[in-house]
Amino acid sequence: MLKLEHVEIRKGDFHLKSHFDLQQGHIYAVLGPSGGGKSTLLEAIAGFDPVSAGQIAWHDRSITTLPPGDRPIAMLFQDGNLFPHLTAAQNVGLGLHPNLRLTKQDQSEIVKALSEVGLDGLADRKPAALSGGQQARVALARLTVQRRDLILLDEPFAALGPALKAEMLALVADLARARHATVLMVTHEPEDARHIADQVILVAEGQAHPPVKTQQIFDNPPPQLRDYLG
Amino acid sequence: MAGRAQPVSAWPGTSAAITLAVLILGTLTAVALRAETGAGLGRAEWAAIRFTLIQAALSGLISVTIAIPVARALARRRFRGRRILIALLGVPFILPVIIAVLGLLEVFGRAGWISDALGLLGFEPIRIYGLHGVVLAHVFLNLPLATRLILQAWQEVPAERFRLAAQLGCDGRAMFWLIEWPMLRRILPGAFAVVFAICLTSFAVALTLGGGPRATTIELAIYQAFRFDFDLGRAALLSGVQLILTILAAALALWLATGTGFGKGLDRAVRRWDGANPVSRTADAAWIIAAALFLLLPLAAIVVSGLPNVLSLPSTVWSAALTSLLVAALSTCLLLLLALPMAFAIARGGRGIVELAGLLGLAASPLVIGTGLFIMIRPIADPFALALPVTALVNAITALPFALRVLVPTARDVVERYGKLGVSLNMAGLPFLRFVLLPRMRPQIGFAVGLAMALSMGDLGVITLFADPDIATLPLQIYRLMGAYRLDDAASASLLLLVLSIGVFWVLDRGGRRHAEA
Repeated sequence: MLKLEHVEIRKGDFHLKSHFDLQQGHIYAVLGPSGGGKSTLLEAIAGFDPVSAGQIAWHDRSITTLPPGDRPIAMLFQDGNLFPHLTAAQNVGLGLHPNLRLTKQDQSEIVKALSEVGLDGLADRKPAALSGGQQARVALARLTVQRRDLILLDEPFAALGPALKAEMLALVADLARARHATVLMVTHEPEDARHIADQVILVAEGQAHPPVKTQQIFDNPPPQLRDYLG
Repeated sequence: MAGRAQPVSAWPGTSAAITLAVLILGTLTAVALRAETGAGLGRAEWAAIRFTLIQAALSGLISVTIAIPVARALARRRFRGRRILIALLGVPFILPVIIAVLGLLEVFGRAGWISDALGLLGFEPIRIYGLHGVVLAHVFLNLPLATRLILQAWQEVPAERFRLAAQLGCDGRAMFWLIEWPMLRRILPGAFAVVFAICLTSFAVALTLGGGPRATTIELAIYQAFRFDFDLGRAALLSGVQLILTILAAALALWLATGTGFGKGLDRAVRRWDGANPVSRTADAAWIIAAALFLLLPLAAIVVSGLPNVLSLPSTVWSAALTSLLVAALSTCLLLLLALPMAFAIARGGRGIVELAGLLGLAASPLVIGTGLFIMIRPIADPFALALPVTALVNAITALPFALRVLVPTARDVVERYGKLGVSLNMAGLPFLRFVLLPRMRPQIGFAVGLAMALSMGDLGVITLFADPDIATLPLQIYRLMGAYRLDDAASASLLLLVLSIGVFWVLDRGGRRHAEA
């Protein structure tokens, strides 16, 4: 499990505090007003920005100073999740070996991952030749081969239509449940949280609040969430 | 882990920057130590300083003044060949100076086309040597750059503004004061400063068209002190003066300049609703035709007089061409070794020393570095034996600021867009370089390499300091042919150099862009 112990993140005037634990195998939605620090929280956990105080620990081992690639984390960003000059298969392959030295076995794993997300026969296409939904699927296929215990989603499907987005989130949820992985997903839509999240982390006013059961937080929203939901 | 996680490391760029800084500052120190022994500035030195400043100021002023109507005409007219003409405006940047000089001599020289025509009418032939020759060549070389800079500013004026002005019923004059003059006032000082700075360090033009006590630039005076009198003290003193001037001019240009002239989309014509009357149409056409003739006639002259003899050129010319290609290739390799790591380091947001070292290359005068290297090499080895590697190195240093201008913006983009993804996939370091940075930057690398090759191919600078009679690059060989009044051979060799330089640039630039994905 992931432990945030009195973690503080500072960026100029902005600061964010958090102190809570995340359970393995659960799906957490990160909800809150824009500019509240949702992405900042994810980027700090992923290791892109140093934390100014506190500890981040994974299974009681501190990962606070590990470089991003060495953390047990796979992350999808708001955009730019694929390299446009590499094929779908190569983009997935990066999740196995960052230097793309792929064995026969790796190749077949890539083909399998692509087929699981419904992209049979598109392995050699470059992103420009794929639709937005197919591009998202390639990124998902890479998540599956990465086999990381913690999946961070910074609204990677925001540009997709509602139906497609729901489908992608469902795919992520399936993947996480099958692997017993933990998911931390930023979202603007309470609906997304209701659909797939077990618990909700509210980020507002410089504070990432400890997770609360999804049902419970929507039944009885705290004031900041009520302001946000309107 | 301090600061943000980064997909590329900074140390290669920092080392490249330090190497560069040591090289430039080291040669300067070597020169400066020599300068102490010399006397102060004499009359000849002051004359050189005065001439340098006057010719650079005149060249800048005339180039910019002519560039305004030409850019205006190009900005508001659409015609067949406009795209090609604008592309041609980029050529003089990589055009070997010696070719420009020879072409201008064929058109404007004593035995040139215009003098011949004047002779038929009973006039004296024009004299091209001296101040007006130097300024003429500088205008030829820099008018296109000035035009591109101003054209870029013109194109950046939002089309809506012209639409609004047209809707308000502004005529051409009102439109000029309302929209164009404020834009020009912003861009002109920078355009002037860039041309001024370029002309300040001009050597080959002064070498061929100047000379004598009344038309010697500082660079030429350095060369003469070094080559004719072997007076290292005086060469060093002049180098110091030149350095101060170039640093001031480069600082001025950087401070004032807003564009690079490399911008894309220059072939787009702005839709305008003024200037439809016959007078302004004729005026625009006249400016475009005059500018095109001024730029194309000298090149045409080279082709016409050079073509017949190209295949019967003496073997010395062919071996000089081979030498030039080798020097250019070596120079380009050195450039990449310096420029790529530096561009990556700057893209990380690593300001400070790396960017500073890049700017240093802008202020460094090739002849000063050459003189310094000569002084440093002499105790260890025979500097004349190292003429070619030294030339390649100095060419690489001169091309560096331009290469960085081409490479840095894209490197920055790529790191910004894909840096996090790369780091999260554990690709930091070599994999990111190999699979992301280099492939994504291929068009820019191709362009920079083409630029470096062409600039080095055409350079007539440091090689004149070091070369002994047995060794020559192609531009030096052309200069020697001119000196021996073998003008037909010189023209043919120039044609060969023209084809090689432009061809090499074209192939590399194309190669970079081929199959490059968006």
